Amino acid sequence: MRLKKVTVDSEKCQGHNRCYAMAPGMFKVDEYGYATPRGDGVLASEADIELAQRAVENCPERAIEIIEGEG
Amino acid sequence: MAEPVKEWTADYDIFSREYIKDPFPIWDDIRGKCPVAHTDRWGGSFMPTRYEDLFNIAKDIEHFSSQNVLVADVMPTPEQIEREQNMTEEDQELIQQYNVGAPPITSDPPVHTWARKLLLPPFSVTTVAKYEAETRELCKELIDKFIDKGRADGAVDYAQQIPPRVIASILGINKDDADTFTGWVRGFLELGLTDPELREQSARSIFEFMVGQVQQRKEQPGDDLISYLLAQKVDGEPVPEPHIVGTCFLTLVAGIDTTWSSIGSAIWHLAQHPEHRKQIIEEPGLIDNAVEELLRAYSPVTMARYVASDTEYAGCPIPEGSKVLMNFPAANRDPRVFENPDVVDLHRAKNPHIAFGVGIHRCAGSNLARMEMKVSIQEWLKRIPDYRLEDPDAVTWAGGQVRGPRKMGVVFPS
Ligand code: HEM
Ligand code: SF4
Repeated sequence: MRLKKVTVDSEKCQGHNRCYAMAPGMFKVDEYGYATPRGDGVLASEADIELAQRAVENCPERAIEIIEGEG
Repeated sequence: MAEPVKEWTADYDIFSREYIKDPFPIWDDIRGKCPVAHTDRWGGSFMPTRYEDLFNIAKDIEHFSSQNVLVADVMPTPEQIEREQNMTEEDQELIQQYNVGAPPITSDPPVHTWARKLLLPPFSVTTVAKYEAETRELCKELIDKFIDKGRADGAVDYAQQIPPRVIASILGINKDDADTFTGWVRGFLELGLTDPELREQSARSIFEFMVGQVQQRKEQPGDDLISYLLAQKVDGEPVPEPHIVGTCFLTLVAGIDTTWSSIGSAIWHLAQHPEHRKQIIEEPGLIDNAVEELLRAYSPVTMARYVASDTEYAGCPIPEGSKVLMNFPAANRDPRVFENPDVVDLHRAKNPHIAFGVGIHRCAGSNLARMEMKVSIQEWLKRIPDYRLEDPDAVTWAGGQVRGPRKMGVVFPS
């Protein structure tokens, strides 16, 4: 099955905290504000995909992506 | 009186009354005509207004340096030049020693990288949350002072009072001196941009104050930002003291005018939009999104860059030594990125605004600023759900580097 996953490009992330503020269950931030997806980033439901999509659209650094991978 | 502007793309004036009061149609005009506007006024500068251009220029740190981030060059007066020429050797040495600017905002890599890293943890979401309760208390106390009068100045009595006290608490300096700090910061960043003597005086006051505070913390460390900075090591060495002074200078200057302007603009907007007040009150979960939307629509801060070597942007040649105004506020009204950009929509779903900049200089205080905005709006609406501007035409604005209301009478049922 093809899985959707959310990723954060650590080279691009500048810690705006937008993703964490809107989806704290999906992202975590370290003490410098840099974000990473929680767990493996797999988007298990339509609701999760939608939430991740919103994070993509609000990240000013264009650091967040939704990718399709083998599961 | 300066000559009125006829063509904004070739002769803009960011300190004109028209620009300060209502810059939005001016930005639309420029944005529609050309990617980079130019002016010879105030020392000369270039100004992008489209989102994509601000994004690209902010990321090109090789050509666009942060060594000078002021939107206008402050030319020294003849008296200042003479004083400088007659300075004692001792004073010259002192100036040399402390000549580190205001890291990280005026730094480029490699200094920027460690200077910024030092400052991020004390302004992280988690650290900032520790100041939320006291900020709420402060807002309540401020409102107590005018709630029975049925009238207040939303800028002077409220917005202006909050950020200096919160940053004072973080720095471990006396909150009762808040009015003094505000005076210095305005003298440095607002009025000082067109008044070199005032600017120098204000800078010296902040500087001397911070040097004194650093000395005091060395003897008596406390639980505050200055003591934290003194305890940090970079490459195994303590952070040089001039650097700490510069960074403390920056947190005071960067945290006051900016956040006060944002809170003021939010109160100003909500005064005229009962439907938005209602939405925030009835839907408490909306507050974060509302704050982001108000930051987008009324972004207060325009920064600048110094062009480090001859370059070209979008076909426009920009010579070395030029100033480029980073008009983040105009980018946030760009219809190419934001649907109906001039409409404030507290439910806006797609809002990658760059009110806090973009790239390596992203505002280090953004979590703090957001917390202060959220709390101050919530507390205001809790006590004053129904209010309006006393006289919309009497509201005065500051602009140039930081835009926000400075006098704003509001009335409400008492
Ligand atoms: C709504 C309020 C605020 C706005 C709109 C704002 C805006 C900005 C912007 C646009 C920048 C980027 C500068 C550039 O690209 O050259 C910046 C940088 C910075 N801001 Fe803020 N700011 C706000 C509040 C604060 C507060 C409360 C602090 C706290 C001390 C603060 C501290 C800083 C610092 C330290 C930097 C430099 C970061 C770096 O260069 O790495 N700001 N701010
Ligand atoms: S919104 Fe973007 S830049 Fe901000 S923390 Fe998330 S990934 Fe990083």
